[in-house]
Amino acid sequence: MNETLSDDLADLYERTILERSRRPRHASRLACFDAHARGDNPMCGDRVDVWVRREAGRIAEIGFEARGCAISIAAADLMAEAAIDLDAEAAGALAERVAALVRTGAGQGADLDRLRPLAGVHAFPSRVRCATLAWRALTAALDGRVETSSE
Amino acid sequence: MNVVTPQDLARLRADFPILAETVHGRPLVFLDSAASAQKPRAVIEAMVGAMERSYANVHRGLHWMSERATEAYESTRDAAAGLLNAPDRHEIVFTRNSTEAINLVAHSYGRGVLRPGQAVVISAMEHHSNIVPWQLLRDERGIELRVAPITDAGELDLASLESLLADGRVGLVSITHMSNVLGTYVPAARVAALAHRYGAKVLFDGSQAIVHRAVDVQALDADFYAFTGHKLYGPTGIGVLWARRELLEAMPPFLGGGDMIASVTYERSTWAEIPHKFEAGTPPIIEAIGLKAAIAYVRAVGYGAIAAHEAALTEHALATLAGIEGVNVLGRAQDRGGVVSFTMDCAHAHDIATLLDRQGIAVRAGHHCAEPLMRRLGVDSTARASFALYTTRDEIDALAAGIRRVREFFS
Ligand SMILES: Cc1ncc(COP(=O)(O)O)c(C=O)c1O
Repeated sequence: MNETLSDDLADLYERTILERSRRPRHASRLACFDAHARGDNPMCGDRVDVWVRREAGRIAEIGFEARGCAISIAAADLMAEAAIDLDAEAAGALAERVAALVRTGAGQGADLDRLRPLAGVHAFPSRVRCATLAWRALTAALDGRVETSSE
Repeated sequence: MNVVTPQDLARLRADFPILAETVHGRPLVFLDSAASAQKPRAVIEAMVGAMERSYANVHRGLHWMSERATEAYESTRDAAAGLLNAPDRHEIVFTRNSTEAINLVAHSYGRGVLRPGQAVVISAMEHHSNIVPWQLLRDERGIELRVAPITDAGELDLASLESLLADGRVGLVSITHMSNVLGTYVPAARVAALAHRYGAKVLFDGSQAIVHRAVDVQALDADFYAFTGHKLYGPTGIGVLWARRELLEAMPPFLGGGDMIASVTYERSTWAEIPHKFEAGTPPIIEAIGLKAAIAYVRAVGYGAIAAHEAALTEHALATLAGIEGVNVLGRAQDRGGVVSFTMDCAHAHDIATLLDRQGIAVRAGHHCAEPLMRRLGVDSTARASFALYTTRDEIDALAAGIRRVREFFS
């Protein structure tokens, strides 16, 4: 199909996105965590749970469990790396810039580099929320909006 | 028309202007009619013509235009009564859609006639619109909500339904006539007979069913029947609730306002006769006119021809999809309409839908407003192809080719 695949489709399912969705590296709940939140896309049934472990106020580790499409899983997996070492404020700011990236396809800054595979989503407005779901769950967890627990 | 020949099909398709559109540079293959069907020119022209030539508010003016509009609006009641073989045109209540029709029953029958301690039975394959109104009723009025299970084939489990009815506390069985996810037709006449044997009334959600087959509420021995105009090739904004006269008369109003009263004083108001008691406010006049044209269109094509055409398409689709590795069709009911839900081992429903969309093929992906059914089926979403009177065999082959490409892409 690749020869006939339209360019925007090739951008949406960019190599990194496909790889990450097939073999996510961070798709497991953390044994030990400080915050957890669940993100739901009620319109389409996607769901992602995000667990965060902090050290000295910064994100030390993120794990997730997702039920959803390739975009939502890949986006969660990329997030689990991109948000490491950030404090809550910086993570919130990055989440907003990621949302802008997937909506517009453009964004400045080296910290967006590894998230750039998500840029292709912008040509598919109905898929934007797939890409932002994990980030919404992350900021909810950091805000303590969903009860935190430790198991 | 008894059968749809290829020539007929070409002519029918020419009735639907939108089918000439291209999407992403490819001919539109529209396989999402179960969500909302496309509109024939007859419907479009009826609505435009009403606005251009004979529009005014209904039931109010003494002038010529209002009389014409009232006539047109009221003649849709006759058309809807004819469509359902309802014995009495006053039993047809216009609503906004099926959702509002079911809410009307939950409100007026549920709160006005059912008593705390009674129960309502739905099935495990309902659309949210036939679940949530009953939950609201349950929580407000202490009316129990029972769910009749389905079998693994996706058919209503009649034995279990009977056992839910056995204690005689069920006041209403409210059940889909055809599943929007599995395509299953429910044996409505048998369900009605069962419900009546145990003293319950029965409501059928005919949103999907009436699109594909003739419905006769008297033959079914139904008590309530709901459908929505936009799935029946008509406009959005209009639906129909049919109910037996004595039920409508026993039910208190749903919404209050103009048109539904006999007289109003500050102390008390009295209600208009049915059906107007349930039609508060300026109704969807233009939409009613469109619905009448849609009903006329469907009846001119003929349910026999539509059903045969769609049955052939569905059989072809099921056989074709069965031949593609990694595709799982949900539900294998004996009696089914033109809706096929499937999942793929290699791709999530959204990814399937996006890839198909870029090939010009519109399918729906998601939970189809039937989350509890998704849970019962053990999936979180499905892709769904649905067929209409204008669907062609070539479109199903295009779907199959599209699915094969999805497979190549994701595996
Ligand atoms: C079985 C069924 N019931 C009810 C509905 C609700 O229809 P509407 O949204 O027009 O009220 C639908 C379609 O969405 C349906 O498929």
